[in-house]
Amino acid sequence: MSQPTVYLDHAATTPLSTAAKDAITAQLDLQGNPSSLHAAGRAVHRVVESSRERLAAALGVHPSEVIFTSGGTEADNLALKGSYWQAVAADPARRRIVYTGVEHHAVLDTIEWLEKHEGAEPVLVPVDADGRVDLAAWEAALAAEPGRTAVATLMWVNNEVGTVQPVLQAAEIAAAHGVPLHTDAVQAVGRVPVQLLAPGIASAAVTAHKVGGPVGIGALILSRSHAPEPLLHGGGQERHLRSGTLNAIGAAGFAAAAEAALAALDEGALRMEALRQRLVDGVLAGIPDAVLNGPTDPALRTPGIAHFTFPGCEGDAVLFMLDSAGIATSTGSACSAGVTSPSHVLLAMGRDEDAARCVQRFSLGSGTTEADIEAVLAALPAAVAAARSAGLNGAARTGEARTGAGRPADTLEVHA
Amino acid sequence: MRVLAAMSGGVDSAVAAARAVEAGHDVVGVHLALSRMPGTLRTGSRGCCTIEDSNDAYRACDVLGIPFYVWDFSERFKADVVDDFVEEYAAGRTPNPCLRCNEKIKFEALLDKAIALGFDAVVTGHYARVVTTDTGEVELHRAAEEAKDQSYVLGVLREDQLRHCWFPLADTPSKAEVRAEAERRGLGVAAKPDSYDICFIPDGDTRGFLSERIEMQPGRIVDQDGTDLGEHPGAQAFTVGQRRGLAIGHPAPDGRPRFVLQVRPKENRVVVGPAELLQVDRLRGIRVSFAGARPAAAATGEWIPAEVQVRAHGEPVPASVRWVSDEDGEDVLEARLQTTLRGVAPGQSMVVYTGTRVIGQARIATAHSSGWDPDALEPTRVTA
Repeated sequence: MSQPTVYLDHAATTPLSTAAKDAITAQLDLQGNPSSLHAAGRAVHRVVESSRERLAAALGVHPSEVIFTSGGTEADNLALKGSYWQAVAADPARRRIVYTGVEHHAVLDTIEWLEKHEGAEPVLVPVDADGRVDLAAWEAALAAEPGRTAVATLMWVNNEVGTVQPVLQAAEIAAAHGVPLHTDAVQAVGRVPVQLLAPGIASAAVTAHKVGGPVGIGALILSRSHAPEPLLHGGGQERHLRSGTLNAIGAAGFAAAAEAALAALDEGALRMEALRQRLVDGVLAGIPDAVLNGPTDPALRTPGIAHFTFPGCEGDAVLFMLDSAGIATSTGSACSAGVTSPSHVLLAMGRDEDAARCVQRFSLGSGTTEADIEAVLAALPAAVAAARSAGLNGAARTGEARTGAGRPADTLEVHA
Repeated sequence: MRVLAAMSGGVDSAVAAARAVEAGHDVVGVHLALSRMPGTLRTGSRGCCTIEDSNDAYRACDVLGIPFYVWDFSERFKADVVDDFVEEYAAGRTPNPCLRCNEKIKFEALLDKAIALGFDAVVTGHYARVVTTDTGEVELHRAAEEAKDQSYVLGVLREDQLRHCWFPLADTPSKAEVRAEAERRGLGVAAKPDSYDICFIPDGDTRGFLSERIEMQPGRIVDQDGTDLGEHPGAQAFTVGQRRGLAIGHPAPDGRPRFVLQVRPKENRVVVGPAELLQVDRLRGIRVSFAGARPAAAATGEWIPAEVQVRAHGEPVPASVRWVSDEDGEDVLEARLQTTLRGVAPGQSMVVYTGTRVIGQARIATAHSSGWDPDALEPTRVTA
């Protein structure tokens, strides 16, 4: 199967940047385990540690605050499970976890697991219609029982609708109540300005492949004053928090990608904002009943995501029609069997189930061009019209004797 | 032609898709998500179904070099197939969920969506033949290999559905050949076992499944004369022809085994009797459909010779059939069987054939036994 000609799914993963490609290929012949005590080991150690320093510098943190992981999901798991276990070990009453319903599944499903298996008490804080956390409710949730709260978590940028959360204020509130805050910053780095270990933030999850690095490496940016329990035990690498032979090639690619992405942040954001505006204007003009989801204020959202509800159009049908036209988009999250489900983000934002399943996310990247946007705008009306005529998968049928209404009268003879 | 290959993850649909690709068509593979586990706290209905089957279908599409998607019809499947299954049992009937799935899901929900999205036809791995005559009429026929023939479960398809169906395995002489072809084409599902169970009851415990969904009360088991024989835990879990699980404490006077003759949910009674009373010679069916053009006899109401089949892997029997109208003007199908059939339950489909051709079907409303009249059943009589 061929690769799509128009790729607008950069929030899922974005292509390897030139900088990352060069950094990776330069290390491909590297031999040695960075934990080994010989010259070969030291050579690889040098790659890992210089990559850590470069990544830390790009992210504005100290090198010892970078704990390499396999990616964002592992970083979220380490932060939440590790912090929870650490809190409960210190005080068995500290079981509350404060969170919002728009978090990534790496966070939501981890909290759910902790609730089911470890006795955690999830405390859900509502978001507004744009997906922004209600800070008064956040404050109230933390103030209610701060001594019984293990950890609070709030993503920096929502992966579906692109909403930027007031993480700095939320972290200050959490800190005032003595509760560590974890932020999933996977969609934020390289897209919006971040201050990953701002006051009150204990940890932040980041990943390489959303900024032009390779898949398979990420990091938990972890305050030196915070010591979660590890998920992985073994050789004691990464401050004993994440055992396992270090991925030197991945680290080199991650550092180079992050440097390049952050250096181009402002210019890239301007470019993407202009392209996104063209996309939004064109979609709303071409599909009059389309609903743009998320904040309109550019300060409150990432520039690279435009997320729509097309009423009456099953998300997977629009995706199928665009995919057939060589345009890659997303409906949000699909489960491991490939089933598209109603967006939990839109449900948390107060939309009904139909609105939450009729969604389409267009996410832009550094390589996105005006021609890409024009191609989408050209293909979309027909895609939406076809999806609309197909109706909703769950729509109820009336009566028994439906007789093929809607099918073309001059049907094709497919067998003869 | 742009065709949608419905991919179950099994070998038949994979080979059917492969043949469509080889014939030069623009083929897209789609796996239907039909059942899902209950949703969890925050994930809504994100619970997943049949991950292995979905992956097998995906891999088959990879090998064939065609796109692959999963379409979620679980809500429709629940409403049209699973709930219907439960309601039919609750009403004392015995449904065929596979037939219902073909009627409402594969060749209605899926086909409608496919047509709306620009496809010309749906391809499946069913063993049956669709024939277009010289005059442009469409007909459904048995597959070349009678042992694998699935025309019974497709008998419910109407002309407008059949015009958009393509069954590339129609003329395949044997299942072994399909497996060999899958192997030759590098399809990993070549040796995957066939599925037999009702897909939404994977453990095969139909009674357990029903008892969780139908409120059942203990009731009486009586013989064909109304004589009380014992208690049952709930009439709706029984099926006509069933022998096991009756738990009647004492044997019949003649020592012969007894079978369920009728389920009467309104009275919560289960009627049992000897095997010969299960033999039926007349059938009456409602919800009539025609697999192609309406036969001329349907307009005249005259009796015509045909064969009738009442279950997927049952032998057809010679019969006279006719179509008449009931008081509401709805078609009714009547059959006089030349060879009696055993254990025919209301709710099953009776499919009418002439030779290899499927004329149509109806859902059995009543089955008549010459040895026993259910309408004359006495109230329960307790003997000392």
